Amino acid sequence: MDQSTPTTGQPAADETVDAPTSDRVLGAPLVELNHVNKHFGELHVLQDINLTVHKGEVLVVIGPSGSGKSTLCRAINRLETIDDGSIAVDGKTLPEEGKALAQLRAEVGMVFQSFNLFAHKTVLDNVTLGPRKVRGMSKKDAEEQARTLLDRVGVGNQAGKMPAQLSGGQQQRVAIARALAMQPKVMLFDEPTSALDPEMVNEVLDVMVALAEEGMTMIVVTHEMGFARKAAHRVVFMADGQIVEEAPPEEFFTAPKSERARDFLSKILTH
Amino acid sequence: MNDYLSGLGSLLVRYDVLGAFWTNIQLTFWGALIALVLGTALALMRISPIASLRWVGAAYVNILRNTPLTIIMTFMVMGVWTALQIHVADTFESTFFRLAVVGLAVYHAAFVCESIRSGVNTVPLGQAEAARAIGLSFLPAARLIILPQAFRGAIAPLGNTLIALLKNSTVAAAASVSWETASTMKTMIEFNPNFLWGIFAMFALGYVILVIPIGVLTTWLSQRLAVQR
Repeated sequence: MDQSTPTTGQPAADETVDAPTSDRVLGAPLVELNHVNKHFGELHVLQDINLTVHKGEVLVVIGPSGSGKSTLCRAINRLETIDDGSIAVDGKTLPEEGKALAQLRAEVGMVFQSFNLFAHKTVLDNVTLGPRKVRGMSKKDAEEQARTLLDRVGVGNQAGKMPAQLSGGQQQRVAIARALAMQPKVMLFDEPTSALDPEMVNEVLDVMVALAEEGMTMIVVTHEMGFARKAAHRVVFMADGQIVEEAPPEEFFTAPKSERARDFLSKILTH
Repeated sequence: MNDYLSGLGSLLVRYDVLGAFWTNIQLTFWGALIALVLGTALALMRISPIASLRWVGAAYVNILRNTPLTIIMTFMVMGVWTALQIHVADTFESTFFRLAVVGLAVYHAAFVCESIRSGVNTVPLGQAEAARAIGLSFLPAARLIILPQAFRGAIAPLGNTLIALLKNSTVAAAASVSWETASTMKTMIEFNPNFLWGIFAMFALGYVILVIPIGVLTTWLSQRLAVQR
């Protein structure tokens, strides 16, 4: 996965060299999935998934609904259990339950499709709750950090409001700030723009692109091709619980190798 | 008519009707307080990730909820106090009162538990997932995120349980709390049968006056404190 030195001769054929952000150096493996399997009853939703995400990498997971991409994303911080195989974050295998799991989850930021801001708490309290209760940060420090983060995602002036008073796009940006407040090693985005009105999609994507440019490790389940092209190092295409294809975004969108991916792309790109 | 009313009024001098109502209010207050604590603990058990705790919670609710309160109250006095000789207070009055409170509390805790669980059902699953995702384990997530929203969603059913508890506090008679309303009414009718309807109306009206504000208040609170989503 080393992409610091573009090889001469055949750059286009190399897996990572022609990624739009190929000047960045990817670090050590951060999230590792080994032979992960999961069933929902009869349905085999994750079939022998092997995937490594490196420090600083932005990975976009794409695929038709029901392909297992959300399940994959949720399994990484064990909101979904897996039947067998292993998932490790920063070298530590996901614990079963209890304190160790909570600790590990604190280091994995999660952004949900439906925002899931704590409905009974103000925007500011949403962002300070984790640092205070999980990290033991003082109220003053947590609020200072929260205000910085809220400014960064462009909702600094909404700090005193309740989530229900915000637009979807604003709520999702608060949710990103809440996840960032834990200073996570990796950020998971589970279809972060799918529940948004079209005019609010970009304000959220802009925040995500900025985050990617700062070198955050990100796993993003999305259908936003623009984001994938602009910010992703690698696109993983899933269908029927399997990883069908992996490629740099430009390569994937212009010349998908598998029939399944070509079919999927033709359906979403023809409009 | 005037003779009847003045006769009824003179009964109020001889019998401590207000004191009887005050006893039921006290029984209700302490019973509700303990039932709320116990019921919350039971609700936590029933939604916990530990299967054995869930089982214990479910067993408690199903047993206590389906046992007649009179049976529980009689057991408190005949079983806990007379047979097992568990000492709860120095005077008879305090003993019976406390046993009645415990009886009311353990019975209504089952209903409080189910009310809170219905409140938990008003909290979207995503709230719990978001809480877990920032690294809160079960108890902190329940305390900080789930229960505060669940209580707001459970105010109406909790209010109904409180109303039931207030009315059921008269069953304290079965635990020998002979100075509460039902027992007082029984004595009054027994010795003044010519005022039968007046005495009944007095106690019935007393409860209506106590119960209606609880219903109004809880309805108002449940709307005012509803979590905006």
